[in-house]
Amino acid sequence: MKYEAISAGALDESQTIGTPSTNNSLKMQLRRAERWNRTRAFLLVVPLLLFVGVTFIMPIMDMLHRSIHDPLIVDHLPKTVAALESWDRQQIPEDTTYAVLAQELVSLHKQRDLAKVAGRLNTEFSGMRSLLSKSARGLARLNAGAGLESAADTREAMIRIDARWSDIQPWAAIKNLNSRYTLSYYLAALDMHYDVSGDISAQPERRQIYKALLIKTFAMSALITVLCLLLGYPLAHLLATLPESRSNLLMIMVLLPFWTSLLVRTTSWIVLLQTEGVINDVLISIGLISERIRMVHNLFGTVIAMTHILLPFMVLPLYSVMKNISPSYMRAARSLGAKPAYAFIHIYLPQTLPGIGAGAILTFILSIGFYITPALVGGRSGQMISNFIAYHMQTSLNWGLAAALGGILLGMVLLLYFVYNRLIGINSLKVG
Amino acid sequence: MKNKIRNLSFASVALLLSSQVLADNSLTVVSWGGAFTKSQVEAYHKPFTAKTGTEIVSEDFSGGLAEIKAQVESGNVTWDLVSLDKPDIVRGCAEGLLEPLDPKLLQPGNDGTPANQDFVDGAIHECAVASIVVSNILAYDKSRYSGESTPSKLKDLFDLKKFPGRRALQKQPQGNLEWALLADGVAPDRIYPMLETREGRDRAFRKLDTIKSNVVWWTTGAQPAQLLADGEVVMTSAFNGRIDSAQYVEGKPFEIIWDHQIGYMNGWAIPKGTKNLKKALEFAVFSSSTQALADQARWIAYGPTRKSSAAMLDQELLARLPTAPENYQTVFLFDDEWWIDYADELNEEFNTWLAR
Amino acid sequence: MNKSDTHYVRFLNVQKTYDGENLVVKNFNLDIAQGEFVTMLGPSGSGKTTCLMMLAGFESATQGEIYIDGTPVNNLAPHKRDIGMVFQNYALFPHLTIAENLSFPLKVRKLPKSDIEQRVKRALDMIELPQVAGRRPGQLSGGQQQRVALARALVFEPKLVLMDEPLGALDKQLREQMQYEIKRLHERLGITVLYVTHDQTEALTMSDRIAVFNEGVVQQLASPTELYERPSNAFVAQFIGENNKLSGQVEQINQDSCVVSVEGCSVQALPVNIRQCGEPTTLSIRPERIQINPDASYDNRFDARVLELIYHGDHLRTRVELMNHDQFIVKVPNGAHPLAISKGDQVQVGWHRRDCRALDAMIPGRP
Repeated sequence: MKYEAISAGALDESQTIGTPSTNNSLKMQLRRAERWNRTRAFLLVVPLLLFVGVTFIMPIMDMLHRSIHDPLIVDHLPKTVAALESWDRQQIPEDTTYAVLAQELVSLHKQRDLAKVAGRLNTEFSGMRSLLSKSARGLARLNAGAGLESAADTREAMIRIDARWSDIQPWAAIKNLNSRYTLSYYLAALDMHYDVSGDISAQPERRQIYKALLIKTFAMSALITVLCLLLGYPLAHLLATLPESRSNLLMIMVLLPFWTSLLVRTTSWIVLLQTEGVINDVLISIGLISERIRMVHNLFGTVIAMTHILLPFMVLPLYSVMKNISPSYMRAARSLGAKPAYAFIHIYLPQTLPGIGAGAILTFILSIGFYITPALVGGRSGQMISNFIAYHMQTSLNWGLAAALGGILLGMVLLLYFVYNRLIGINSLKVG
Repeated sequence: MKNKIRNLSFASVALLLSSQVLADNSLTVVSWGGAFTKSQVEAYHKPFTAKTGTEIVSEDFSGGLAEIKAQVESGNVTWDLVSLDKPDIVRGCAEGLLEPLDPKLLQPGNDGTPANQDFVDGAIHECAVASIVVSNILAYDKSRYSGESTPSKLKDLFDLKKFPGRRALQKQPQGNLEWALLADGVAPDRIYPMLETREGRDRAFRKLDTIKSNVVWWTTGAQPAQLLADGEVVMTSAFNGRIDSAQYVEGKPFEIIWDHQIGYMNGWAIPKGTKNLKKALEFAVFSSSTQALADQARWIAYGPTRKSSAAMLDQELLARLPTAPENYQTVFLFDDEWWIDYADELNEEFNTWLAR
Repeated sequence: MNKSDTHYVRFLNVQKTYDGENLVVKNFNLDIAQGEFVTMLGPSGSGKTTCLMMLAGFESATQGEIYIDGTPVNNLAPHKRDIGMVFQNYALFPHLTIAENLSFPLKVRKLPKSDIEQRVKRALDMIELPQVAGRRPGQLSGGQQQRVALARALVFEPKLVLMDEPLGALDKQLREQMQYEIKRLHERLGITVLYVTHDQTEALTMSDRIAVFNEGVVQQLASPTELYERPSNAFVAQFIGENNKLSGQVEQINQDSCVVSVEGCSVQALPVNIRQCGEPTTLSIRPERIQINPDASYDNRFDARVLELIYHGDHLRTRVELMNHDQFIVKVPNGAHPLAISKGDQVQVGWHRRDCRALDAMIPGRP
C-alpha cells in the first residue's frame, strides 16, 4: 500500500517535470489501443444509433416539443397580444384593443389564416371559433362598406356582431395563450385549463373526459395484465416442463397467433364474439343462454381480444425464466417436508418473479398504448387513451393535445419503469 | 470532364428522384375504398388514363384532413387529389391546406349550359368541385321484419319499444345531432340556430341518451352494411351508396329509409403544394364533366352534381338516387359553413358525452 | 439387531419403466441397515438415480414394494417421508439466504422460532461456516454451497439421507475433502445414507457397502474391499479400479484353480465366473499386483517388452507388451529400491494365481 503511494507520487512528479517515464508511455499506449477499440465499437453501432435517433428519439422529442410549443397566437395576433399585456382581466379591455384585434382579424381572414387561429383559441374556450369567424366576416363586410371611424365604433360594432365581445372571456382566452411555450395542452389533457383570471382550475364537469379515461386505460391494462398472468403462468409452466417434442408443438401454438396479423386476429374475435357469432350460436344451441349476449363492441370484447393478443408477451418471458429453474428446487422443497402448495408459493413462485415482472411490465406497457383492437372492438365503452390520441391526430387536428396525452402516457410508462426498478431491479428483468 | 461530372451528378439525382420522375406521368388519387373507389376508377380513372396516358395510382384513406395537413406542413406532398367531403373541403380551404380551383376551368354541360348553371348550388367551391351528392340515410334488413310493421320514419330510430334492438350510428356529432332534434320535432330551419345554444345541445344529447346504450358506433363507410348483414344491429345510418351496392350488387335484403335523409357533397380537392398541379387540375376538370358524373352514378348510387348528368340517367336508376323527387321530400340540407365554426366544440361535447 | 434394523430401507423386486417397453430398473432388491452407508455406483443411465428418486418419492415404482422402517411408502407423498436429500447441483433456494435455506425444513415443521434459530446456528457451526448465514447461495463458493446443502438435508434430523452425486460439480481436491467430511458426519450422527455416484473412488472411500449398477441390474452388492479384491464379474472388475484384462479360453478347471490359454500361453488363475472347459473367459489382474522380474514364488511368469514409462510420483506406470497385448499396465511402486528399467527393455512379469481372476467373457463394447 505504502509502496503504491510512493510510486504514484513519483509518477506525478515525472509528469510535472515533463520527462515521460516508461510507465507513462505504457499508459499512453494502452489508452491509444483502447481508444481504437472504442472507436471501432462505436463505428459498428453508428448505423443503429442513427436509425434509432431518426425513427425513435427525434419523433419523441418532436412530440414532447409540440406538447408545449404554441406560437400560433403570438405569431398571428402579435399586436393584440401586446395590447393585452397590461390588461387586468377585471373588465373588458380598452377600445383600442378592440380596434387592434379587429384589424388583425380582418387581415387573417384575408390571408386564410383565421381558421388555424380560431381553432387554437377554441380549444381554450369553446365557442371561440364561431365567434372569431363570425366577427371576422362581419368586420370585413363593414370595412368594405363605410368602414369604422373610431376605436369605440369598432368595439360597438363587434359587440353588435356577437354579444360575447362584451364579456371578458374571449379576451382572457387570447391572453392565456400569450406565450410561445405553454402548459395549456397538458392542463387540457388532465381536464384542467387556465380560467378567465389566468389561474389553473378544473374544467367544468361536463367537459371532463381525460382523467377518467386515463384511469380507465390503466384499470383495463391492469386487468388485461392480470388475466394474461393467470392464463399465461400455467401455460408457461407446462411449456417449461413438458418433454421437448410436445413443448415445441405447444410453443408453436402459442407463437402462431403471434405471427398472425394483428388486424386478422382482432377481426376474428369480432366474428367469434358478435351477437350472431360462433360463441353465441354455441351457447344458444346448448341451451346455456336464451338471449344472445353482447360480447363485442364493448369493454368485454376489448379485454378478451387484447388478452389474447398480448398473451405471448406474458408467456415468453415467463417461459424463459421457468426454463432455467431446475426441477430439483421443487423436489428439494418437497423432500424437506413442504406440501406441494407451500413449496410452490415459497420456492417456485419467488423464483419466477423476474419473469412475472418482465411479462407484466411488457404486457401493461403494450396495453396502455394499444390502439387498433379497442378501435375495432371497443365500441363506446372499450375506448382507451390511445384512441383519443388518434382522434386528436386525425380528426380534430389538435396535435398539441395529442402530443400532451402522448407525453403523459410516456411519463406514466417511465414512472412505472422507475418504480419497477426500485422494487425489483431492472437488471433482474428477463424478457427472453 | 466538367460535362461528365455534371452528367453523372444529374444521373444520380435523377436516380434518387426516380419516384418524382415517375410521378411526372402518374397521379396519386386518394379515396375511400370499396365500392366508392371502384365507381371512381371506372368512371374517372380509366377514361382519364385512356385519354391522357397518365397513370392513376389509387390509394385508400378514411377521410379527414390529418394526412393532408401532415403532408402540407412537412412540405412533402405525395397525394395529388383527395376525395373530400364538403365540410373538410371548406375547412381545408380555410386553413390553406388546399389548392384553389378556378371555376372558369370547368367544362360546360354537354347540352351547352355554362358550368355555373349546370352544377347544383354549393357544388362549386373555391378549392374544389363537388361531383356527387351523398346522402346519410337509415337502413334496415327487411328479412328481420317478416309481417310486422317495418321502420319507415326517422322517429323509428329512436323508438326502442316498437323496434327493439341495437342501432349503428356514425361516430361523430354531424348528422346525429340534427337527426336527434328533427326526431324531437324541431323544424328543420330551427336546427342550427338551436344547436348554437346550450339548451338546444342539451336537448339533442338528451334525445340521443334515449338510445345511447343501444348504439354501436361505426367509423368507416363499409361498416354499416357489414353490421347489418352480421345481424349486429337492426338499423343503421349509412351512406346511401353503400346500402344501394349491398342491395343491387350483393343482393342483400336491405331497405333504405329516405325520411330526413341528410345530404352533403363530396368532390376532388388538391393538397397545397402538389408537384403535379397542372395534371391534377386537368383530372379534376375531366372527372367533373357531364359524361364522367353520369358514368359514376351508374356504378354507385350517389347523385351527380350536374343537372345535365342526371338527364342522361334512366328512370330506374334515378329513382334510387338521393335526388329522386320521392326520396327528396323531407331532405335535410347539411350546413357545411355552420359546421366549420361549431365542429370543434360539438366534437368535444360529443366525445365527452360518448365517454360518459 | 432386530428386523427393522437390518431392513431399515428395503427395495423388494422393484421395477421401473418410463415408456412401458424398456425397464430402466430390472428387479431391484436392496436392504439397508440402520446407520449404514450404502452407495449405488454405476455409469450414467444405469438406473441408480431412478432408484434413489423412487425412494425419495419423486418417481413411482412400476412394480414391487419399497419400505422405510417397515412401512410401505409406495403411496406416501415425498414431503411425508422425512428423508433428507442432497442434490447434484445442491438445489439451494437462490432467493433465500443461507439461514433461510436452513430454516426452511424447520419452518415447514412449524418448530418454535427460538428452536429454529438455535438449530440453524448449530448446523452452520457443524459445517464451520457460521459467517455465511446472511448471504445468498450465489455468493458462496461451490464447496461452501455443498456444505450448506448437506447441512440443510441434516438440520431437521432425518434418519435417512439420500445423496445424488453431491460432489459431482466440485474440483478434485475439494471433492476428496468433502468425502471425508461426509463420512465423518455420517459416523457422528449415526444416520443412514444412500449415496449415488458414478465415481468409484468416491464409492470406495465412503461406503459400507456398494451396489454396482449396470443396465438396470445390480451386478454386485458388497463391501469396497470385497468389490475391489473379488469382483464377481468382468463388468465390476473393469468398473472398479484399474484392471488388466486378457481374453482366453478355459483349458482346465480344478477346485480353486484353473488354467486359461491366452495366445498360446497357459495362465494359472482363480475360477470365479466360469463353468466348463472350452468357454471363453476374461482374466482380470490388478496392475499393482504384478511384479516385474518376479522371483520363483510367482506361479505366473511371462516375457514382456517395456513400451512406455510414465512417472506418477508414488509409482511408475509401465506399459508392456505381453501375449500380443500392448495395453498391459504394471504399477511399479516408487519404493526404497527403484527398478532400473527403460523403454524397450525385455523384462519378465509375474503374478500370483490368486490375483488373477477368471471371469465371464466381456460383453464387447462395454468398459
